[in-house]
Amino acid sequence: MARHTQPIKTSTLTGPIAAGSVFFLILAALAAVASKAQWPVTFGVADWAALRFTVWQSFLSALVSVVFAIPVARALARRRFVGRGLLVTLLGAPFILPVIVAVMGLLVVFGRSGWVSQGLGLFGLPPLSIYGLNGVVLAHVFFNLPLATRLILQGWQAIPAEQFRLAGQLGLPPVVVFRTLEWPVLRQVVPGAFALIFVICLTSFAVALTLGGGPRATTIELAIYQAFRFEFDLGRAAMLSLLQLVVAGSAAVAALWMLPPIAAQMGRDRPVQRWDARGAGLRALDTMWIGLAATFLLVPLGAIAASGLAGLGQMPSQVWSAAWTSAWVAALSTVVLVALALPISMWLAQTRWGGAEALTLVGLAASPLMIGTGWFILINPFAAPTQFALIVTALVNAMMSLPFAVRILMPAMRQVIAEYGRLSASLGLSGLALWRIVVLPRVRAPLGFAAGLAAALSVGDLGVVALFADGDRATLPLQMYRLMGSYRTDAAAGAALLLLTLALGMFWACDAWGRRHAEG
Amino acid sequence: MKYLMTTAAVLAASVAWAETPVLTVYAGDYFTSEWGPGPKIEAGFEEICECDLEFSTGDLMPRLLLEGARTKADVVIGLTTDVTAKARATELFAPHGQDNSALTLPIVWDDEIFLPFNYGHTAFIYDETRIETPPASFADLLAMDDDIKIVIQDPRTSISGLALVLWVQAVYGDKAADAWAQLSPKILTVTKDWSASYGLFTDGEADMVLSYTTSPAYHMFAEEDFTKKAAIFPEGHYFMAETVGKVAATDQPELADAFMAYVMSTDFQTLIPTANWSLPSALPEDQWPEGWAQLPLPEKVLFYSETEAAEVQAQAIETWRATLSQ
Amino acid sequence: MLKVEGLKISLGGFALQASFEVDAGQRVAVIGPSGAGKSTLLGAIGGYIPSEGRIDVGGKDVSNAAPDQRGIAMLFQDGNLFPHLTLAQNVGLGLRPSLRLTDGERARVSEALDQVGLAAFEARKPGDVSGGQQSRAALARVLVQGKPLLLLDEPFAALGPALRGEMLDLTSTVARDTGATVLMITHAPEDAERAADHVIFVDEGRVEPPQPVSEIMSNPPPALRAYLGR
Repeated sequence: MARHTQPIKTSTLTGPIAAGSVFFLILAALAAVASKAQWPVTFGVADWAALRFTVWQSFLSALVSVVFAIPVARALARRRFVGRGLLVTLLGAPFILPVIVAVMGLLVVFGRSGWVSQGLGLFGLPPLSIYGLNGVVLAHVFFNLPLATRLILQGWQAIPAEQFRLAGQLGLPPVVVFRTLEWPVLRQVVPGAFALIFVICLTSFAVALTLGGGPRATTIELAIYQAFRFEFDLGRAAMLSLLQLVVAGSAAVAALWMLPPIAAQMGRDRPVQRWDARGAGLRALDTMWIGLAATFLLVPLGAIAASGLAGLGQMPSQVWSAAWTSAWVAALSTVVLVALALPISMWLAQTRWGGAEALTLVGLAASPLMIGTGWFILINPFAAPTQFALIVTALVNAMMSLPFAVRILMPAMRQVIAEYGRLSASLGLSGLALWRIVVLPRVRAPLGFAAGLAAALSVGDLGVVALFADGDRATLPLQMYRLMGSYRTDAAAGAALLLLTLALGMFWACDAWGRRHAEG
Repeated sequence: MKYLMTTAAVLAASVAWAETPVLTVYAGDYFTSEWGPGPKIEAGFEEICECDLEFSTGDLMPRLLLEGARTKADVVIGLTTDVTAKARATELFAPHGQDNSALTLPIVWDDEIFLPFNYGHTAFIYDETRIETPPASFADLLAMDDDIKIVIQDPRTSISGLALVLWVQAVYGDKAADAWAQLSPKILTVTKDWSASYGLFTDGEADMVLSYTTSPAYHMFAEEDFTKKAAIFPEGHYFMAETVGKVAATDQPELADAFMAYVMSTDFQTLIPTANWSLPSALPEDQWPEGWAQLPLPEKVLFYSETEAAEVQAQAIETWRATLSQ
Repeated sequence: MLKVEGLKISLGGFALQASFEVDAGQRVAVIGPSGAGKSTLLGAIGGYIPSEGRIDVGGKDVSNAAPDQRGIAMLFQDGNLFPHLTLAQNVGLGLRPSLRLTDGERARVSEALDQVGLAAFEARKPGDVSGGQQSRAALARVLVQGKPLLLLDEPFAALGPALRGEMLDLTSTVARDTGATVLMITHAPEDAERAADHVIFVDEGRVEPPQPVSEIMSNPPPALRAYLGR
């Protein structure tokens, strides 16, 4: 029996308007930068080398993240154990960590004088060398493995439990189950996860530089930074920003083109009873994957906490006021994000125009420096740009988390439409009442998750605020950099721990809000 | 947006109505942190000027270039020697009006626009508990065992990184590429900015770090740690200074002039060492704070003037990039 | 009351055509094999599936009206209640989609719930009551909606025979109280005989006009005969 989805009657304009404003904010910034540029601009050998390295390291990072995420997600999908929920939450922590903090943690473990190297030294082996392409990829996998795992896990859980029951009844071996049930889902989820991580890594800059080992590991984002802040060559900056947008944009479009529409089922985070994975060998394999992932992701976090505890007492009071500033910038940017993500994901859930989702990825591919500088140029003729520092920061941060939020919300939106579209239409529910009475209560859990992610990312982001920042408006990451910049490494480690706590705390608060009143 | 602009306008207006005159000083990002030099300078100047000194921090050059003639700044403090050419080209600045001969820099300073308020030199810092025989010259450094790891900064994103490239250029000239090739296997990594490098060094990740001759002073005077040393090379060390400039279109010219004079005062100059961890620009060595005169400093100082630097800089960076990329 | 004229629906390879009339107050059972197009027909009348042709409800052309503007209340196979709202709120939506009810309206909601035997369950959520009680709540909402035409797309299919019969009786009561005309899809001929006075037979995209239930059941045409297995 055919089931037809009734479109939900929210305003048909809010979605396109919200997506359009994001696009406009970025393009206006680019145009503003370009308008001040000295033309013509030419790219040199170094720029092309940077482009090649950027694409190559992004490709490798996305590939490794996805390849390792598959067995981890598979293990998490079919095992139940005590603390599984907590582990899934904690595994997400690296993703929301500020880059510089995470690198500090990684070095404690994998650095030249890190724990692994010390262990190797006991056996007379040379220390680990993570500086170079391998270090860049290692750090990117550290950040993005949790994201990839989560996306793939979500896909896995979209396979109805009945299908596994049927497979169990037929006694299908794991290989056949994989081919008939799991592979089709992976084919849907993996390209999207790959593309998202590829785009994230394209704009990576601090990581690539610290662990890159030298100028061979130069990314386009570094060249943009150089052009903006060091050479102040706006034409070059604009052209490089455009180049980055084009590379990321084509990656996004390619991925969306490969990507079949996601099924409307919403994956619940519950392990499904499986009949195909009972063997001791498979159990050991899954345990090993979960153990490896947990160790790789959680040990550096512990290292950050350990080194930060000593520094907490040494932090000057300005760090606390900066934490307060960061918290409310994060709150503001979360509000902006929610206001953008809800109508956009509702629109995307109903539109057949695949390119629309690529629009949101543009926000991720745009250099924050470019957006910040562009808006500085636009605001300057009318008012002092420093007055707008925090507003611009909040806006830019919201745009950075938009692609994640849309990916998280869209399946839930599709499900609301499929299940309650007709009922809402028959009762004449529309506009704000529809949002309030039907949509928001139904998407509350993923909304809380998306908002938490946005808040945490915003807390950790140094972003554009450095360009505008006034003494009183410093954010916590900026204050941490200032401490590092004046020899106060211990206090900076304390600030890093505070940053980690604040980011995780805000994430947890939003996520818990979403889940507390979520209805089954 | 509209509401915000109104708020901004009201704020600006309320500042204009205030009775005491306000001197707006643009400063580098680190300046106003409570451990930075800003608060002390503000207190010191306000005592003598009957005015309100307001710091406005951020990225100096991008801000000045973006704001152009609309800038609110009366004075700009913290322009490093590598950006003075660019700052001069904006034609926003007026002569500083101070006597350059009162300066106590190790080089001759005849700039009428930008007035140095501190200085330092690039140097490689090591921990004597970890390196028993530190390099005694630049040549020694190049000849060191490759197992000794150095961390440096990127000349394309950091002032100290740029100074290193110019340092190598000044010492080795046409042979700079060879020098970089010898140094290359010892370079652990290249970081975006000084802070990240220095963190790697203090965490024990690297054995030596590119920093300043004054870096050991922080460890000595703030931490009572006497193990961090600067390796002093007879080939010379590259000179770096931070300058102050007076904005020509300032609406507080007298206050701006008073501030320039304050920069040259003993009060201001004695603040610099411990507040900024750098050397004072106009203070004889015998008046430096206790212990500072014992800091090992280079005999020979290297420095490219703006015009010289403009000629060699791009090529020097490209040599660095090409050699280290191999 | 309901006039369907030259109705045409095509969905993929499936096509359905219909022209018929139903008089006010009639209770019409729509029967036919699986996949014959029963749900599609009701979906088109309700405004959920795009169609060509003309649909009049109560003498008014509603062919292009939104589902809630057609004077029709409809109960679907599932998803008739919002699980995150209380039964009272679910019923209240039938009066005001904004849920901002006046005291009088709130009293009407209570009265309707009382009428279907759910007086004590106002504050419960659908997940906390039985399937039969969920159906009663949905019927309470039909009661407060007071629409002249009621479409039932097998909302009681998941209930046992006794409970289903009870619900059909309750539906008849509700229809009588609101004066509504009823179109209900059913698989079971005994349901048609119990709750309907007319039957529309649908087969392979063809829709026969309504005929009195006793007539068609005692003398079914060949296709219906095959379906009923008699």
